[in-house]
Amino acid sequence: MKVKMLSRNPDHYVRETKLDLHRVPRNYDPTLHPFEVPREYIRALNATKLERVFAKPFLASLDGHRDGVNCLAKNPKSLATVLSGACDGEVKIWNLTKRKCIRTIQAHEGFVRGICTRFCGTSFFTVGDDKTVKQWKMDGPSCGEEEEPLHTILGKTVYTGIDHHWREAVFATCGQQVDIWDEQRTNPICSMTWGFDSISSVKFNPIETFLLGSCASDRNIVLYDMRQATPLKKVILDMRTNTICWNPMEAFIFTAANEDYNLYTFDMRALDTPVMVHMDHVSAVLDVDYSPTGREFVSASFDKSIRIFPVDKSRSREVYHTKRMQHVICVKWTADSKYIMSGSDEMNIRLWKANASEKLGVLTSREKAATDYNQKLKEKFQHHPHIKRISRHRHLPKSIYSQIQEQRIMKEARRRKELNRIKHSKPGSVQMVSEKKKHIVAVVK
Amino acid sequence: MNANQAAESNLLAPNQQKELEDLPKDYPLSTSEDEEDNDGERKHQKLLESISSLNGKDRQKLADRSEASLKVSEFSVSSEGSGEKLVLSDLLEPVKTSSSLAAVKKQLNRVKSKKTVELPLHREEIERIHREVAFNKSSQILSKWDPVVLKNRQAEQLVFPLSKPQSAFAPIEHVVNGWKARTPLEQEIFNLLHKNKQPVTDPLLTPMEKASLKAMSLEEVKMRRAELQRARALQSYYEARARREKRIKSKKYHRILKKGKAKQALKDFEKLQKVNPAAALEELEKLDKARMMERMSLKHQNSGKWAKSKAIMAKYDMEARQAMQEQLARNKELTQKVRAASESEEEEEGQEEEEEPLVPDMVNGVQIKANGLNPWMVQNHFTDAKEAEIQKDLEDPAEPEAQETSESEEERAVVEEETLLKQFEERRSLRQKSELNHMAEPVHSHVTKDPGSQEVLSELRALCQKLITENHQSGKQELSSARTAQREEPAREEEEPMLLQRPKRARTLDELEELGREECVENKELPRTAVEGLQLEKNLSNHIGAPKEKKRKEQMIDLQNLLTTKSPSVKSLAVPTTVQELEDEEERDQRQIIKEAFAGDDVIRDFLKEKREAMEASKPKDLDLTLPGWGEWGGMGLKPSAKKRRRFLIKAPEGPPRKDRNLPNVIINEKRNPHAAAHQVLPHPFTHHRQFERTIQTPVGSTWNTQRAFQKLTMPKVVTKPGHIIKPIKAEDVGYRSSSRSDLSVVQRNPKRLSIRHKKHLENNCVD
Repeated sequence: MKVKMLSRNPDHYVRETKLDLHRVPRNYDPTLHPFEVPREYIRALNATKLERVFAKPFLASLDGHRDGVNCLAKNPKSLATVLSGACDGEVKIWNLTKRKCIRTIQAHEGFVRGICTRFCGTSFFTVGDDKTVKQWKMDGPSCGEEEEPLHTILGKTVYTGIDHHWREAVFATCGQQVDIWDEQRTNPICSMTWGFDSISSVKFNPIETFLLGSCASDRNIVLYDMRQATPLKKVILDMRTNTICWNPMEAFIFTAANEDYNLYTFDMRALDTPVMVHMDHVSAVLDVDYSPTGREFVSASFDKSIRIFPVDKSRSREVYHTKRMQHVICVKWTADSKYIMSGSDEMNIRLWKANASEKLGVLTSREKAATDYNQKLKEKFQHHPHIKRISRHRHLPKSIYSQIQEQRIMKEARRRKELNRIKHSKPGSVQMVSEKKKHIVAVVK
Repeated sequence: MNANQAAESNLLAPNQQKELEDLPKDYPLSTSEDEEDNDGERKHQKLLESISSLNGKDRQKLADRSEASLKVSEFSVSSEGSGEKLVLSDLLEPVKTSSSLAAVKKQLNRVKSKKTVELPLHREEIERIHREVAFNKSSQILSKWDPVVLKNRQAEQLVFPLSKPQSAFAPIEHVVNGWKARTPLEQEIFNLLHKNKQPVTDPLLTPMEKASLKAMSLEEVKMRRAELQRARALQSYYEARARREKRIKSKKYHRILKKGKAKQALKDFEKLQKVNPAAALEELEKLDKARMMERMSLKHQNSGKWAKSKAIMAKYDMEARQAMQEQLARNKELTQKVRAASESEEEEEGQEEEEEPLVPDMVNGVQIKANGLNPWMVQNHFTDAKEAEIQKDLEDPAEPEAQETSESEEERAVVEEETLLKQFEERRSLRQKSELNHMAEPVHSHVTKDPGSQEVLSELRALCQKLITENHQSGKQELSSARTAQREEPAREEEEPMLLQRPKRARTLDELEELGREECVENKELPRTAVEGLQLEKNLSNHIGAPKEKKRKEQMIDLQNLLTTKSPSVKSLAVPTTVQELEDEEERDQRQIIKEAFAGDDVIRDFLKEKREAMEASKPKDLDLTLPGWGEWGGMGLKPSAKKRRRFLIKAPEGPPRKDRNLPNVIINEKRNPHAAAHQVLPHPFTHHRQFERTIQTPVGSTWNTQRAFQKLTMPKVVTKPGHIIKPIKAEDVGYRSSSRSDLSVVQRNPKRLSIRHKKHLENNCVD
């Protein structure tokens, strides 16, 4: 009889150094690993619970301003540098790694209405209530030098916003009209108006850089073409739009933060229907900024909270608030898409994690694999009621919570009324208007 | 009209000037005749006109005012004589039709036909058109992003930042030069490369290859190709031939072939011996070694799967069995007789028994190996050519060592023979002992000998026989040869029935039964020594018994089927008899028809059955916690005792009464579990729960998936590198060409929209 000996070569399992990784034989026979779905369900449940346990998004508060923070800007070349303008005309430059203010400039008298950095990150522009546009060096003045702007442009009217072109030495301001400025000149090279109203914000398209979007106080959003020096189209909404932000990955998509508590994502080629209406805020939305990945955006609201929305979802996936945070006026998503900064009325800039339960710092490969797996499980079982409930659960301040309830009731009542109207009128005479269409008043060519 | 007049006056002006120039020529004449009367004057005028017309030149003259008269018009047209009114057309027409005015006319017509220029559009309207054009243009530009956006939205994974840092472009030479082999493997590879002067960069040809490329001319290449072609053709031809030969089944042919080969080998060997004895010796040694190896291995024992199965199959037919019995008997007889038999016979016995794994043989082998200085062994190497032939011939695994020794012995001197005799006696005794030990096994193996090996054996035997007859003329040998011949015959007989087995397998049940009985009888007759064979046969009889039972069962089932299929029809016929009285005949007929149509299916019974099943299913089940082997013996075929089962059986509490217990015609499904319902979901894109379940069912974890699959399954959708700035997507990132002109330059070249009004506005605004 032939006897087969079981033998193992020690080379295959003895580790000489800790870097020797031998193949560990595993048996994937499904009969040996039964109950796949229940086991994975439990894992998903645990992952969801852990996510909630570790959800601690608040990182730091940068304090130092002596008035409410009115505007924020990030440095396009440095992740650690953030600029902020306050309502008392003060501009501060912060270092996020040190969480300290590294420079303070008394830039304007009255509000700093807008702040933007040059695409190269060497200088920045501010506009203020004192009808001036000022350009400043990013680096502080050398020893003995006085803190002075590089250039100052005096205007006749107040500038309410400013944005810099993404590639060229051009910037745009808004006030009574949208002006395009060459950095070298003191007169605008081009000025565009459509009707007479104060324009609150202007933004360059980051991809097709000759396009601009602006929103005016007469409830409209106007798009401009810088090359052809003409406005393109105007959409009038129910209420005033405070800011718009272009999607950095999709050239024709922008999101507008509206006073009617909603955000509207538009395809600029079809303005008559927004792509998505994002509702969750319970007060006017004051600012919006896209994640650099273009998948999500963050919005700041007068209801003392900031929310994170996926671009393709109408409901927010996250809400951040603290007891001390007042009306959030400005918000920015950092360029590495990991953090969110918010500037609020009570003079603080807050730093948040974009993913509340994410572990910061370097992850080992096993940690990474585990988080990926957990993420996938959460995604897989996201529809299961128990998991859904846990993952959606957020603690909210009482004011917001009650507001939400109230608004839900109001909305339901409105809907019921509409249904009743349809029911009791001649068939076809009253049409149900979809949520997307409801808020668009007109599109002007 | 105003315009017309103006044009006319303009056009007339040069003509007038001409006339002024002409005046000095013509007028002296006329002045001289001033005194003449009116008639004469007119005549003269006419004359002049005729003259002037003769001249061919168109001359229009102002009417000379020769006297003071009232009828003088500003436009040199005297209205005298005719009281008609002046018409514009007259004015337009020249006095004489002249070609010089055609151009003027044309111009006038053109002016007449032209419409008035439309009023310029309203400024807002113009702006609106501009906007629309600009919007269309920009949306056209934007639409090039559509595929990119779609692709990114649907991407399995997006890694940010999108633009990879530009890798510094370095030529491969630099990289290679900078490279240093660090690990042993790399060093080895580099050594190899350098040894062969393998170039690392282009062109990838070694110097030798280059040289050969250079060296070969066209003719050479052609020749070489032809050569290769020929070789290939030859090879294919030989291959085909070999295949053909291999397919030949004739035993005779193969025998002859083998013989021829053996002869050839013998001749070769002889030649070799003559030419180079040392080489021949080596060859011999090699053969010997091969034989020893063969003996040591268990390769050609008769215990293979195939042989065993054959043995089992042999039980099915009489002839095979008889042959086996005969063989058994003969084997027994032979083994018994061996002692009396001569040495050569013994060797032959040994040769046959080679196939069994006998200890003595091994001992023999070892012995031979051990005493390498054994003179007998040494002589063995120097055996004559015939022996070599045998050896070559019997390269077969069953090549007998003992036979060879016997052959050598036969040619030895008598003295040696005697010494060897003793040795063989010893070996024989040893073998006998072992055979006694393994009595059952050899018998069995004889029975199960496969026909292939039998055939080989018979061939061997034949060969041996020849040799023996050539070498030895003793009577004993003759006897043995006769015996081997005898043995051959049954062996062949055995083969045939095995081949014919197939058709016989398909037998009737009765026959099988008979066979079983017969076998039982035969088993009794069999010698007691064939213990295992008997057992096997018993097994077989069992096997035969089993199918018979099965068949009977099947018959029973068939009967039952018949019964059951009949019963409903009977019932259905019975039902109408009860209702019959109430119905009319027509209705009855109708019913009858329906009944007949649905004769096969009994709905009521089915329903009752279904309800019973549903009730059974809904009943809570008892829980059996019995573990086999605890407190008593466990194993195959053993069941835990009833007492234990009773002890560990947990009776399920009786559930709530069924809702349909008092409703004979209703089944109320009570499967829906409100607790479970809370977990039942069907998310939006899915339309059926089964689709959703399928997505859930495939596990993602590494417990169920290989590492690679796990990584692929858990791949995150968006990956960002920590500390990297993610810039907005650029046209260059996705392979588009970005416009070469900068926005600024375009704006500066295009200051159209900065109207004066705007400029003024701006100037007011900006006080630098």
